[in-house]
Amino acid sequence: MLFALTQLLVCQLVGEILARLFDLAIPGPVIGMGLLLAILLWRPALSETLESTANGILSHLSLLFVPAGVGVIAHLAILGDEWKAILGSLIGSTVVTVLVTGWILQKMHRSDRDGA
Amino acid sequence: MEPNFNEVWVYLSASPLTALTVTLVAYLLGDWLYQRSGRMPILNPVLIAVVLITVGLTVTGIDYWTYFEGAQFVHFLLGPATVALALPVAKLLRNMKGGYKALLVSLLCGSVTAAVTAVVIADLLFASHQTVMSLAPKSVTTPIAMGISERIGGLPSLTAVCVIMTGVIGAILGPYVLNAARITSWDARGFAMGVAAHGIGTARAIQINKDAGAFASLAVGLNGLATATLIPIFWAIWQWWGGS
Repeated sequence: MLFALTQLLVCQLVGEILARLFDLAIPGPVIGMGLLLAILLWRPALSETLESTANGILSHLSLLFVPAGVGVIAHLAILGDEWKAILGSLIGSTVVTVLVTGWILQKMHRSDRDGA
Repeated sequence: MEPNFNEVWVYLSASPLTALTVTLVAYLLGDWLYQRSGRMPILNPVLIAVVLITVGLTVTGIDYWTYFEGAQFVHFLLGPATVALALPVAKLLRNMKGGYKALLVSLLCGSVTAAVTAVVIADLLFASHQTVMSLAPKSVTTPIAMGISERIGGLPSLTAVCVIMTGVIGAILGPYVLNAARITSWDARGFAMGVAAHGIGTARAIQINKDAGAFASLAVGLNGLATATLIPIFWAIWQWWGGS
């Protein structure tokens, strides 16, 4: 577990350094994810050392969003004034995005399979 | 000796230990309710935890930043968790036989749809310019969204809240929308949840089906990259076009 956590932190740290060094719009953790992905594709055996720790963190992924979510309390004024626009935008956009993405992928994968 | 409640309260209201414990207890309570209800989407654990803690802070008068001081230990794990998403993605890529073009096309369409519809709807409903800009990156994971928001004149902390709300909305409504549209394959269902509702949508997809979870994880990473590249470009074109 300690080794796994260290690997994750090292990837994130390198990601943060690269993001700052080159003033990238992509945040450190996402660069770290790309880095770990490249390492895992190169050395698949490393997956086993990470498996249980990564699954442990990811199975409670939604817990990690709670502190930022409580930030809603700091924006009650804006939300009070504009809640209709914000809620309308979030619900409408999320529903349409789920539809567009899922529909295109299913359609294209089906025609891939039919064509093959 | 008389127990000194006042001193205990002063300690509790400022200690990181309280904020951390409250966060975990509220989430476990939310998760317990969610599991007890047979995983009813509306009883989303994040939603329940956020509502409970928000009410708690309002009642006790403790301000958000005092709470966050302690809760940041949980918040910090978002970084390593994002890195850990590489694991299901690596497994997926190793087992995948083609179909990359379909993923790329649906990713780009989904990414553009998420930003454009959010901006257009908010604008039609008379949101302020700052709010509209804060909403644009709402479908990507929190740190990326905040970075984009700052760059295009939004309010990063408002964006963070909108991102979480998007995740919760996606986790609640997503499965119904996918059923209604007869989108049945696990890859398409997971990918759609990841593109539209980032980590919270992914957390839900992981619980439902392993394949869906892997495709959702892939979508979170890819959509982060796509949106971080596309929105600033769109924004620059729009600025140039509008001359403002």
